[in-house]
Amino acid sequence: MRHTISLTVENQFGVLARVAGLFSGRGYNIESLSVAETLDPSVSKMTIVTSGDDKIIEQIIKQLNKLINSIKVVDLTVTDHVEREMVLIKVSASGESRTEVLRLVDIFRGKIVDVSPDTFVIELTGDEEKISAVLNLLKPLGVKDIVRTGKVAMQRTIQHDGKGDK
Amino acid sequence: MKMNGAKIFVESLKKEGVDTIFGYPGGVVLYIYDELYRSDIRHILVRHEQGAAHMADGYARATGKVGVCLVTSGPGATNTVTGLATAYMDSIPIVVFTGQVSTNLVGNDAFQEADIVGITRSCTKHNFLIKNVRDMARTIKEAFYLARTGRPGPVVVDIPKDITIDSAEFSYPDSIELPGYKPTYEGNMNQIKRAIDMILVSKKPVIYTGGGIISSGASKELLTFAGLLKAPVTNTLMGLGGFPGEHPQFLGMLGMHGTYAANMAVTHTDMLVAIGARFDDRVTGDINEFAPEAKIVHIDIDPTSISKNVEVDVPIVGNAKSILGEMNKLLKQDRRLKEFNREIEDWKMLIAQWKESHPLTYKEGGKLKPQFVIEQIYELTKGNAVITTEVGQNQMWTAQFYKFSKPRTFVTSGGLGTMGYGFPAAIGAKVALPEATVIDIAGDGSIQMNIQELATAVQYKINVVVAILNNNYLGMVRQWQSLFYGKRYSHTDMSHKPDFVKLADAYGARGYTVDTKKDVVPVMKDALKSKLPVLIDFRVEEEEDVYPMVPSGASLKKMLLA
Repeated sequence: MRHTISLTVENQFGVLARVAGLFSGRGYNIESLSVAETLDPSVSKMTIVTSGDDKIIEQIIKQLNKLINSIKVVDLTVTDHVEREMVLIKVSASGESRTEVLRLVDIFRGKIVDVSPDTFVIELTGDEEKISAVLNLLKPLGVKDIVRTGKVAMQRTIQHDGKGDK
Repeated sequence: MKMNGAKIFVESLKKEGVDTIFGYPGGVVLYIYDELYRSDIRHILVRHEQGAAHMADGYARATGKVGVCLVTSGPGATNTVTGLATAYMDSIPIVVFTGQVSTNLVGNDAFQEADIVGITRSCTKHNFLIKNVRDMARTIKEAFYLARTGRPGPVVVDIPKDITIDSAEFSYPDSIELPGYKPTYEGNMNQIKRAIDMILVSKKPVIYTGGGIISSGASKELLTFAGLLKAPVTNTLMGLGGFPGEHPQFLGMLGMHGTYAANMAVTHTDMLVAIGARFDDRVTGDINEFAPEAKIVHIDIDPTSISKNVEVDVPIVGNAKSILGEMNKLLKQDRRLKEFNREIEDWKMLIAQWKESHPLTYKEGGKLKPQFVIEQIYELTKGNAVITTEVGQNQMWTAQFYKFSKPRTFVTSGGLGTMGYGFPAAIGAKVALPEATVIDIAGDGSIQMNIQELATAVQYKINVVVAILNNNYLGMVRQWQSLFYGKRYSHTDMSHKPDFVKLADAYGARGYTVDTKKDVVPVMKDALKSKLPVLIDFRVEEEEDVYPMVPSGASLKKMLLA
């Protein structure tokens, strides 16, 4: 099963290599990994998407916790969370298909960030389902290239309804 | 006070109470060596950096203190990698300081440059590259702290040359700030109570303990625990010495070359209490048939060791000494204990039968038997010695026939299985404990892997005894070839080798040859009195095998007995 893990680490050189080395050395797989500084510049946050059975995921989380530079590990899959990914799509757009592309971009609340006589570059943010839906619709029109950021994810704040925690 | 990095380095080591460094100088560590020239820290000049790392490791295992090693960049650093991996697998606290090329050259493929932080990332508990002299003292403090706390392990500190020249204000930090590192020592009380409830309703318990008993100093608590339960105890290779080898409840080692009684006991137990052990494949054999009927309580300081290889019923994360202490307190007041002691009598009878029907043994006759040599070494020292081993048959026979009775008296490379480990480790142990009798039980193959350290031992008058069980083969590999590869002895013939007596003589050590049973004791006695290091060439039976043996990957009950 796929899991999205949020990992808070000390923002030091070599930490990414330790995390990547942990996965490669033990034969775990990384589907995507994104990393950047947090509000506190001494701390970075990684979002790692990985897969494995419960036993493997348990080991991954323990091993990540064991890294000296890791501060906090949360398996977001078992909590209520928001996930987003950004994708840049270069798509053929000449003649009639230009309006078709623009319409799709509008429906999915994307943005055109680069225009040439026969291509557009689209910026689109969303969860995995949305991004694959758009890609499926654009493919017949001629997708030339895509770049995805990999997932970033965040735990939702618990909502209060006045009767205690939900 | 302002001082240069080299001076800060030496002052920091003093603050850590370091009395001995095992090292080898080179270009980028010259400022540090210049500072050591003026310092009263003892430096043991090795003949190969691998030796230095194993010596630091032997020093650490014999004392529990952190072993320290200092080498130059590039090949000096890479030569310590086997030593680091050895210490990492067995959770041994050492700190290895490696020189590095100056920071402006790092990444330039400079002379004697190696990315040692990258290379050692997967065989150290943690490692550091110091990029500013202001970080020197704090990094050294953190390195020692990480090495000895939690689950201990090796730490590398890489120091570029310019950092040893740059100056900074020296003040050694009082406290550690590692936000992501908080080892758990105290066990969760609810889990401890659950474990006791589970144990006290069992009928066929076995206590299975490993290196965690030694590293946490829990052998007294273990003795009390076993005494209260009156249950049988088995040790892993790393756990030997954690429980008295002559104790009536002791089953001996378990696993691939474990005793019949130990392997049968874990196969039939209904309650396995694992303490500071990690269910290694050499212990479990076929994991699906390991302790199939047992509930398992697992006490370990490292959460990643728990439920890694086998599912456990009650995990308890923490320090074995403290958890056993708590369990003993509770057991002493527990009214169910007497009943439990009575209930397990049948089980103990069965175990006694297994012990009696299949004791550790070997066939007399023919040439000198390696097991006999070890028995005699045991009789002569009665457990009052530090015994190191190389790896292979010599190691397994030592584990079987030397009855270790005290912790930190058995020094062996368990997890990594490093040939060439035992001799430098013996030197390290003897440096740490100059009054102790230290004996390396070696094979004729392994001893040649770090034989150069004879020069170190002679130079510093480190009078260790090396008992070479010389069978003209890489014995353990030959044994596998004999049993599983149709006796095709592919490249395991070691008959071409130096004359060990002449070799000892050439180095300025003493050498003996022993061919017969009657010479074993007199020569050993002589050797133990020697002020010089001694090599003894015991010419033993060439094709003697280690038994019992569980073939690799087979169930523990499928032991080959002879």
